[in-house]
Amino acid sequence: MVVPRFWRERRYRYNLIGTRCPECGTVYFPPRNVCPKCGRKSVGKMEEFQLSGKGKIYSYTIVHQNVLGFKYQRPYVMAIIETPEGPKVTGQIVDVEPEEVHIGMPVKAVFRRIAEDGKAGIIQYGYKFVPDWEEIEKIARP
Amino acid sequence: MREVAIIGAGETKYGEHWEKSLRDLAVEAGLKALEDAGIYAEDIQALFGGNMSAGSFVRQDHVGALIADFTGLAETQIPAFRVEAACASSAAALHAGYLAVASGMYDIVLVGGVEKMTDLPGEMVTDILAGAADREWEVFFGATFPALGAMMARRYMHEFGLTIEQLSLLPVIAHKHGAMNPDAHFQREITLEQVLNAPMVADPLTLMHCSPVSDGGAAVVLAPAEIAKKYTDSPIKIAASTVANDYISLHSRPSLVESPSTTIAGKKAYKMAKKEPKDIDLVEIHDAFSIIALEGLEDLGFAKKGEGIKLAEEGQLYYDGDLPYNVSGGLKAKGHPVGATGVGQVVEIVKHLRNEAGKRQVPDARVGLAHNVGGTMTTSVIHILEVM
Repeated sequence: MVVPRFWRERRYRYNLIGTRCPECGTVYFPPRNVCPKCGRKSVGKMEEFQLSGKGKIYSYTIVHQNVLGFKYQRPYVMAIIETPEGPKVTGQIVDVEPEEVHIGMPVKAVFRRIAEDGKAGIIQYGYKFVPDWEEIEKIARP
Repeated sequence: MREVAIIGAGETKYGEHWEKSLRDLAVEAGLKALEDAGIYAEDIQALFGGNMSAGSFVRQDHVGALIADFTGLAETQIPAFRVEAACASSAAALHAGYLAVASGMYDIVLVGGVEKMTDLPGEMVTDILAGAADREWEVFFGATFPALGAMMARRYMHEFGLTIEQLSLLPVIAHKHGAMNPDAHFQREITLEQVLNAPMVADPLTLMHCSPVSDGGAAVVLAPAEIAKKYTDSPIKIAASTVANDYISLHSRPSLVESPSTTIAGKKAYKMAKKEPKDIDLVEIHDAFSIIALEGLEDLGFAKKGEGIKLAEEGQLYYDGDLPYNVSGGLKAKGHPVGATGVGQVVEIVKHLRNEAGKRQVPDARVGLAHNVGGTMTTSVIHILEVM
């Protein structure tokens, strides 16, 4: 991956910053310049919006055949996370055995190394998700 | 708008064609379609070719001009276009070709599709195919295309209690049909146990819930319906050609268990063709992953949401059942040369509507529906074909 391509996305990726439509209040991640619900009314008005990084697993899989750059992480868990702010986010689930992962599991975002372009290429960072043990305990002992 | 008919159809065998290049496959399919229509290359007034990623698979772009050139059309100077919509590229090309004839702009149009996928190692092919999803917000984090399919399947299983054994019936049916298709990539039957015990690709999907990496080409010749009988005794009318799109990322959609693009393209197609699901004699459904086919069957109105697998359990989906499904073998057994698949589905239906499908012929087939999908059901293209 070339440096500018990674660089221009990193602020949103490092900090889970999306956008919010002031017309209808819908929050989007990744950020969008146009709200698909409000169309023209939203153009030029979308506001940056910081996600909390908390969420629950909406669906997941254990990946055995990887895309480039992930060979040495196999098998790894990919999930779609449902956030309390509204948007769903795709990311890896780490720091947990794959067989313990389940739909509805509370997770939270952490800053991690995602992949690298060989030994000399750039190292790409971004968010992954880990079990949110505080929330998991709350569910276990209400 | 004029009515449009298919007056010729042809395709290559699908599979690993180590001896053939991108252009060899496209030209072979194109010339077969021209031969079938009984016309010469110089009769063609425009060419629309579907191709997902020749630029990545074989480092060749400008595919429209290349194929026109090597089909013998360089000195006719006709317009030639490459149409791209991921795995729905050639069905999208057919929609473009359909519009070109329907509008009155051109009379005889060649529509094709081609993909040359097996020149690269598997990990690179997986990476290129992931380009059908959102590279920056899905693939960057490690999501493969099968991983996205697997998350659709997991969510569907969670919401409706579907088991992996149930879902595995679909590839078994596809391979039963593929075994009867001499042009299919895989011409052998498989058992439920073989599906379940195959190597895991993205849990819960094994290799046998995923379509293979194939080379292949497919083509059809279009003409205005009013003059189609000049060329052939058995023209096939394109009764509907519709395209719909959705959010490219799975995570942007409200639901993982239904596809608005398939639902909407389907509704528009039924209206355009003045048909209902019960009027359809056979379907070619996009089964890149079994879960996509299951959701597709439901979204096209062949079963209620959550109940589609009953069609398989009741035996309705076999070629001699009530709803013959992927009689070609589908993407799973016939193969999935991504840019060729959509037109390939149409070629299969044309064979049945002309009663030329051999051992797997669907009896008395008069109306067929092809469902071709790009991405995780992001783009859906529907064609309804009918005997004239």
